[in-house]
Amino acid sequence: MIKLENITKKYTSKGKQIIGVDDVTLTVEAGEVFGIVGYSGAGKSTLLRCINLLEKPTSGKVFVDGVNLHKLSPKDLRKARQSIGMIFQGFHLVSSKTVYENVAFALRAAGADKKQIKQRVDELLALVGLEDRKHQYPAQLSGGQKQRVSIARALANQPKILLCDEATSALDPGTTKSILALLKKINKELGLTIVVITHEMEVVKEICSRCAVMQDGKVVEHGPTYDIFSDPANPLTLSFIQTVLSFDLPEELLGEINGKLVRLQFKGNIAADAVVSDMLQAFPIRGNILHGKVEYIQSKPLGIFVMELNGNEAEVNKAIAYLRDKVSKVEVFDDGSRNRHLA
Amino acid sequence: MMDRVIAILPELNQAFLETLLMVSIALAVAILIGLPFGILLFVTDRGLFLENVVVKRIAGLIINLIRSVPFVILLVFLLPFTQFLLNTTIGPLAASVSLSVAAIPFYARIVESSARDIDKGVIEAAIAVGASPWMIIRSIILPEVKPGLITGLTITAISLIGYSAMAGTIGGGGIGDLAIRYGYYRYDNTIMFTTVIVLIVLVQLVQYLGDLVARVVSKR
Repeated sequence: MIKLENITKKYTSKGKQIIGVDDVTLTVEAGEVFGIVGYSGAGKSTLLRCINLLEKPTSGKVFVDGVNLHKLSPKDLRKARQSIGMIFQGFHLVSSKTVYENVAFALRAAGADKKQIKQRVDELLALVGLEDRKHQYPAQLSGGQKQRVSIARALANQPKILLCDEATSALDPGTTKSILALLKKINKELGLTIVVITHEMEVVKEICSRCAVMQDGKVVEHGPTYDIFSDPANPLTLSFIQTVLSFDLPEELLGEINGKLVRLQFKGNIAADAVVSDMLQAFPIRGNILHGKVEYIQSKPLGIFVMELNGNEAEVNKAIAYLRDKVSKVEVFDDGSRNRHLA
Repeated sequence: MMDRVIAILPELNQAFLETLLMVSIALAVAILIGLPFGILLFVTDRGLFLENVVVKRIAGLIINLIRSVPFVILLVFLLPFTQFLLNTTIGPLAASVSLSVAAIPFYARIVESSARDIDKGVIEAAIAVGASPWMIIRSIILPEVKPGLITGLTITAISLIGYSAMAGTIGGGGIGDLAIRYGYYRYDNTIMFTTVIVLIVLVQLVQYLGDLVARVVSKR
């Protein structure tokens, strides 16, 4: 659906050359929700804006639906952009136009007539749940409502792709959830391919089937979201994962621990408590669960437990070997590493 | 004292209308030519959708050329042009030629700077939706800049009222001309004060109306 080939974007700012995006090659499949994560300045926004050529890459090729966008005339590029919707962190609504007129503008840009526009705008406002705000101005709306208007505008010309540039970063957590639910719904019902860029791992966890992690203009890791969460390969990815799956044990508690500290990770539908209780029955040791959490990533559970194992050292080691056999990932923290993050 | 003012009323009335005529013509020209010029300066700027260094430089140069000539000199300088255009250099119509020439770059710069205040993201969103440059100008930039256009028109109008007094000195007519003839040549302070009061009232009125309209059209 979207194919980015060796995209590089360089800028010159105050005489210095800055590399925004550094030789990125990515493919986004039709119908998927793809996330691009990174801290600010990682180049994710620039990369996203290359997809509809709002930003012209210094080198590299952009293919959307098999069409090389660079080869298009200005007129054909405008036509192509109509099939790529885009929403922004700052909403970017026209303050002098009502909700209706803001959405209608996109349709007029595509050359729709008055009757078509009226029907389509009503349809779109119903889809985003803003029928009753039709004649209000953006200044009269809340952040979440503004983003809904901009989603309606982005979807006006029945695009196949929706680009989301930090679309939820300016919203509170509750509103973020409702906007994400709306994006999920459009992805499912309209079969839209969605590319999301964000610095919030929560967003990725919630809606993205695959994601890429960016740093200094490069993609450092990419793959299915579940795999990224369960087996991050890059330290940066790990630090992003920790924002969602972090386990900080209080200092006081760590001081009182005299057994071995283990962190267990369960993938999928393995019954975590059954494995743990079997282990405790099979070996003469005591176990103490200090922390536990099951995260649903793309509706697939990922369980993480932190336990203290007490008893004869040989038995404890046997128990750990048993766990390694049953559980997808077991980490043992010796005394030295006990005080660091247990992620 | 009052009777002198009353005696001058018909003349004052005519001068007032002449000023109004001069300023209105110049304002109309400012809107017709200065406004598109200002938009041109904005959209050809760096990073905008019609970025064009050559056009931007030439347009900027023309505007700076006119603006660097003091108005009194511009008045004299444009006399041959006015003569060619209207076959006369006397009267409010003739004065409105130089006023218009001064108003165009003045208003163009105001339009350009208020357009710069538009959130670039809004323009970007319009590009992303596949709108043509003309549509972006007509349906995004112009409505977004409307309050600024009106405030700018108010500023231009008030400056032009001031300029029109200078135009009066070389036979343009209007309130300025009246003040000079009675107040300066005949030492008639009463008439001079009266004209000043008329001007103050006129400027206040223009400012008040401008602010009012700008507030009404602003949806921010």
